[in-house]
Amino acid sequence: MNFDYNEEQQLLADSVRRFIRKDYDFESRRKIVASAEGWSEKIWGTFAEMGLLGLPLSPDYGGFGGGAVDLMSVMELFGEALVVEPYLATVGLGAQFVARAGTAAQKKRILPRVVEGKLKMAFAQTEKDARYNLAHVAATARKAGGGWQLDGGKCAVIGAPIAEMLVVSARSADTGGISLFLVEREAKGMALKPYRTVDELRAADISLKGVTVGADALLGKEGAALALIEEVVDYATALLCAEAVGAIKYANDATLEYMKTRKQFGVPIGMFQALQHRMVDMVISYEQAKSMACLACTKADAASDARERARSISAAKIKIADACRHVSQESVQLHGAMGMTEELKVSHSFRRLTMIAQQFGDADHHLERFAKA
Amino acid sequence: MDLNYSAEELAFRDQIRAWLDANLPDDLRRKVADYERLSKEDLARWHRILARAGWVAPAWPREWGGTGWSVAQRYIFEEECGYVGAPPLIPFGPTMCAAVLLRFGTEAQKKRFLPRIYNGDDFWCQGYSEPGSGSDLASLKTRAVRREDHYVVNGQKTWTTLAHYADWIFCLVRTDPNVEKRQEGISFLLIDMKTPGISVRPLILMDGEHEVNEVFFDDVKVPVENLVHEEGKGWTVAKYLLGHERLTTGRIGASKRELARLKEIASKQMKDGRPLMEEARFRDKVSRVEVELTALEITNLRFLDQLRSGRVPGAEVSMLKIRGTEIQQTLTELMMQAVGPLAQPFRPLGGAGDFDEFAAGLAPRYCNFRKTTIYAGSNEIQRNIISKAILGL
Ligand SMILES: Cc1cc2nc3c(=O)[nH]c(=O)nc-3n(C[C@H](O)[C@H](O)[C@H](O)COP(=O)(O)OP(=O)(O)OC[C@H]3O[C@@H](n4cnc5c(N)ncnc54)[C@H](O)[C@@H]3O)c2cc1C
Repeated sequence: MNFDYNEEQQLLADSVRRFIRKDYDFESRRKIVASAEGWSEKIWGTFAEMGLLGLPLSPDYGGFGGGAVDLMSVMELFGEALVVEPYLATVGLGAQFVARAGTAAQKKRILPRVVEGKLKMAFAQTEKDARYNLAHVAATARKAGGGWQLDGGKCAVIGAPIAEMLVVSARSADTGGISLFLVEREAKGMALKPYRTVDELRAADISLKGVTVGADALLGKEGAALALIEEVVDYATALLCAEAVGAIKYANDATLEYMKTRKQFGVPIGMFQALQHRMVDMVISYEQAKSMACLACTKADAASDARERARSISAAKIKIADACRHVSQESVQLHGAMGMTEELKVSHSFRRLTMIAQQFGDADHHLERFAKA
Repeated sequence: MDLNYSAEELAFRDQIRAWLDANLPDDLRRKVADYERLSKEDLARWHRILARAGWVAPAWPREWGGTGWSVAQRYIFEEECGYVGAPPLIPFGPTMCAAVLLRFGTEAQKKRFLPRIYNGDDFWCQGYSEPGSGSDLASLKTRAVRREDHYVVNGQKTWTTLAHYADWIFCLVRTDPNVEKRQEGISFLLIDMKTPGISVRPLILMDGEHEVNEVFFDDVKVPVENLVHEEGKGWTVAKYLLGHERLTTGRIGASKRELARLKEIASKQMKDGRPLMEEARFRDKVSRVEVELTALEITNLRFLDQLRSGRVPGAEVSMLKIRGTEIQQTLTELMMQAVGPLAQPFRPLGGAGDFDEFAAGLAPRYCNFRKTTIYAGSNEIQRNIISKAILGL
């Protein structure tokens, strides 16, 4: 047993921490969020330089061949800084599909560009009425010409307005199964309605009307993508758990600091026992969230089978969702009215944690999956 | 024991219902139902409709426009307004400032302010909190110095709800900094927001909305006749107002409406091809909040019954505030959870969004409702009140 990061992981964490201190304080983030694009090309370039974009990808394509555990510290630090760039969408989802199911040609075409920071990706999966059910895909894929024609609608696709390439799920007319396709964002027939999310990411609803793609756009086997989708979403969920741990850490640190400095009735409010116990419970939530993120990431890397992986990652997401709610709500409450303001970072970690609690399935969804898996 | 309203009370309720049905304009009803922000004019319009009916201030003495209703009738009226989804009557004027004037004001002050409050001519806001004084209100520092026939006010108030709409602000100010008990140097002043030296700066809350403000006072001259009660007796006034808190703090009526709304949303949202409301896990949560609400309603009626037999409500109101706000927050949270991924959108970029705008409004609303356990005496402070006042701890 060993819960420590190894030396390489430590070094990586240190360099990410330095970068965030220098280039991603709350003020810098505020500017990025307020910009028209909602992300920073410069920051993305730095990710590439630091090797973060290739971290989990094979050295064959310029990556470092790391696992979810290697990404944990990065995700935690991104969570703490509330990074808005589409790292999870690109590295945790889009590129993972290619890395796991792509042909040699597809990998060669896409992965080096991801590693170099020239290609950002997003996963277009959720549909209206799908909720968190990954098997609910109504968009269709029909053979047409030498390739495919895609029709349907997707919603809440995080990172889509920023991505150059989307991985789109659609149900094959022939087999009835779900397939995945690589689609350029600028593809004809694909229309994006972009928006800002509650936690200040960029996302879009997408309509696909007679979008034609070539035969080489099919990712993996036709009609057989559901297991792969489950696997990659589990992987991304594990990373999201680590991100949550970082955002929880921020909310706790900020609240603890506030309790020591905010004075009412002549004393720091941290002197009130009623509040001390609340803070203690928040710290317990953090520790348990951290433990479950460790579980999720190790199982994303090395579960003995899909069932064990699903159970562990759902278990983690249940605890993480609870911790997100608990800590976000308490962090605002203990800040009093200050915690309600746009101006304070704690209201932003509140929103991020609120959305993470639901992303890839809320606690209810994972409770059901945990019992069924 | 009988948990039901009397026949007369039920008849009264039906009368109120029918009136609301006939008099609440459709556009206002829709705005409230869609959780749209109400403009000053929206609020004023509803105020005027109530004023015409003679129902702005049921609790006031009849000579000033009160209705002479019993406490039960007043309760029924407010809960019905909440249930039907009428715009709120902003309490700073008709409920708070008026209560103070009726108890401590001079005849001249009552004549000057009450009719204008009744008719909605003046919009009021509440200037209590300061950057350094939230829960610990008595530490407030905004200074008022007497100069002949006026006070000169300097300092800052904050979190002032709708100060950007307001014509007047009632403030707690420090008139004497050299007292042993800091509660003793505080006075209650009425200040015209148009007075030179007052500036209002918006504070944006995390739902992106402007509802609270900072209010700055820079050598603001306030005529001495705007002092309510005696100089240095402001704390008595503030405490009276706290004790005057109404038995409608639980907001049962509004929460009943929200509960119905939650059920409607959960019936439309699909999960695995079936309405979410049919899924036991989610339905249990809806049932639980309904049971909570029932328990609070009956508790509320019990307190009301005690009040009817002459007992003054004390810390009971704190209980209603604690549970009532927790229920409101649970309802907003369940609504957001009900729509799942559709709760993510916030603001469309470039052109109209395609997303379900109602669903998209639910997460910001959830964010906004975190305020309910903070304002009007945070729930921690309410618990302190109960432990001191009822439990003697
Ligand atoms: C949306 C909104 C609207 C508002 N509108 C108005 C308005 O119109 N006019 C106005 O005057 N004010 C208004 N307020 C201010 C409100 O009254 C204060 O926020 C409230 O009194 C709490 O003060 P604070 O925010 O400074 O928190 P603090 O007093 O700093 O408290 C911080 C935390 O410590 C807790 N705490 C403090 N003391 C104790 C204690 N002794 N024991 C245990 N816990 C304690 C609090 O409960 C809170 O959780 C508004 C606030 C909000 C959020």
